[in-house]
Amino acid sequence: MNNVFVYCESEEGIVAEVSLELLTKGRKLADELKCKLEAVVIGAHLKGVEQQLFPYGVDVLHLAEDPRLEPYRTLPHASILIDLFKAEKPQVALLGATTTGRDLGPRVSSALHSGLTADCTGLEIGDHEDKKADVTYKNLLYQIRPAFGGNIIATIINPDHRPQMATVREGVMKKEIRDKNFKGRVNRLEVNKMVSPADFVVEIVDRHMEKSKVNVKGAPIIVAGGYGMGSKENFALLYELAEVLGGEVGASRAAVDAGYAGHERQIGQTGITVRPKLYIACGISGQIQHRAGMEESAQIISINTDPEAPINAIADYVITGDVAEIIPKMIKYYKKNTK
Amino acid sequence: MEGLRIIVLAKQVPDTRNVGKDAMKADGTVNRAALPAIFNPEDLNALEIALYIKDQLPGTHITLLTMGPGRAADIIREGFFRGADDGILLSDRAFAGSDTLATSYALSQAIRKMGKYDLIVAGRQAIDGDTAQVGPQVAEKLGLPQVTYVEEIVSIDPGKLTAKRRLERGVETVSAPLPLLITVNGTAPDCRTRNAKLLMKYKHAKTVSEIQTANEDYLHLYNDRPYLNITEWSVSEIETDPAQLGLAGSPTKVKKVDNVVLQAKDSRIIPSNEEGIEELMIELISSHTIG
Repeated sequence: MNNVFVYCESEEGIVAEVSLELLTKGRKLADELKCKLEAVVIGAHLKGVEQQLFPYGVDVLHLAEDPRLEPYRTLPHASILIDLFKAEKPQVALLGATTTGRDLGPRVSSALHSGLTADCTGLEIGDHEDKKADVTYKNLLYQIRPAFGGNIIATIINPDHRPQMATVREGVMKKEIRDKNFKGRVNRLEVNKMVSPADFVVEIVDRHMEKSKVNVKGAPIIVAGGYGMGSKENFALLYELAEVLGGEVGASRAAVDAGYAGHERQIGQTGITVRPKLYIACGISGQIQHRAGMEESAQIISINTDPEAPINAIADYVITGDVAEIIPKMIKYYKKNTK
Repeated sequence: MEGLRIIVLAKQVPDTRNVGKDAMKADGTVNRAALPAIFNPEDLNALEIALYIKDQLPGTHITLLTMGPGRAADIIREGFFRGADDGILLSDRAFAGSDTLATSYALSQAIRKMGKYDLIVAGRQAIDGDTAQVGPQVAEKLGLPQVTYVEEIVSIDPGKLTAKRRLERGVETVSAPLPLLITVNGTAPDCRTRNAKLLMKYKHAKTVSEIQTANEDYLHLYNDRPYLNITEWSVSEIETDPAQLGLAGSPTKVKKVDNVVLQAKDSRIIPSNEEGIEELMIELISSHTIG
């Protein structure tokens, strides 16, 4: 009872990266709260899934296995999670801020009347003093996230309702094995007692999981463009530089919203989080939401016409000037000096 | 096939996308007054989905529902200009400080009062919070199935809707029974622009509160043309449990808000001339950062 729960996504028996990252964070939170870490996997091909999860320090693994539970559909997964949470009363419940977690989390939080914070960039344990009511809450989950277009960072708490729920994007937390010989306990759930036929009214007609063609996340060098690039055509320069350096092109949200680049390239709190060895920010002002997705890059170059661009404060190299003039020079001198 | 009764959920939001220099005050707090209030972008995609269905099924009736302060009536007028048939503004101080759960409770109670409907369409998320929670929470409160991240309506059959959803690594086509709630992605078609005739027809549409301060010369309009009256509901017009409203009904509390202060790092200024760029490239090559 009152443990830390992580909803783990799985497909064809493979647990998602984001879930392993959350288990790592969940283990640390459970240690601090002196409670257990419990994982929930709901799906169809779960044989041996415990071997993927126990090394992250999972004390109890709840398995709901049924052919109807994969691929993911909202209603049956929600019914199982709501039932389980009513019985186990977790104090903390974490989900990936994926299309699945962001579909499921609010449904579950509504049914349980518990608070849910989306897209957290930090999770910590701390106390809270409510001076008006003269109450002190011990060991709450601080859910930290940028808000209001990234101009502020808010710390959200849920003093009175449980579970304290949060979603976190892939790549925000670090994945780390606790102990490769760690062994927890498996609890098989009785699926038929938890779902009803009405949970299966939505039918999946077709599904093609196209592998993302662009792999910004895995690129060692990222050339990213912002709203300051001015047009889709100007983005061509970024592709050229990325090609020469063996990297990928990324974009800020403002650039994606303006149609300069596709969603799959969006870096930041609501996009992907990257840690390349070199990040070249071109015409990016550097709102906190963007920086949340790239500030751990090993080296950052900022190219901007505005010498006061906020991103310059976290850049290792600042070049003030026009991207259209500077990038061709970079290409020229890169080629000249690597021959 | 008969038309559908559609409710579109829309929100007026501060435009946080292109925050200019005057958007932050000298003390580092957000200057909300400097940010224009706009129709939440993905709610416009939602409205377009509703209008598309109306094109396919004449007789479809679209009601726009929004919760917010009095000025949020702008959203309803904007909806009228683009083809919505009706609009309701839910506005009361009792809703102030609502988190997503208290918001979805208030919206769902308003929807219950609105009577029969076939489809609720909402934008995936609003740009001031980016939570994507209100749609699914309204669905849960009304006991409806939900289909999120819709980018295309594939077909509408009696009692059933088939739609394409955009997921991280691909697309999924699902079919779901009506009544249903769907949320619409920004990748769905853009909303059609204002229609000139509708603009003329509805430009004086106002809520009761707005009519009270309107030019007296126009007052007769609201009797002569009933469609110019925008329905406005306060908390007393819908059935609610006060414990679930506003701040009291919000499980999440904001503990603190930090203004963003950039930590200065030792940055090197690189001259943008030929020599400067060449030296930088040589340095990055020799440190094996590139090459």
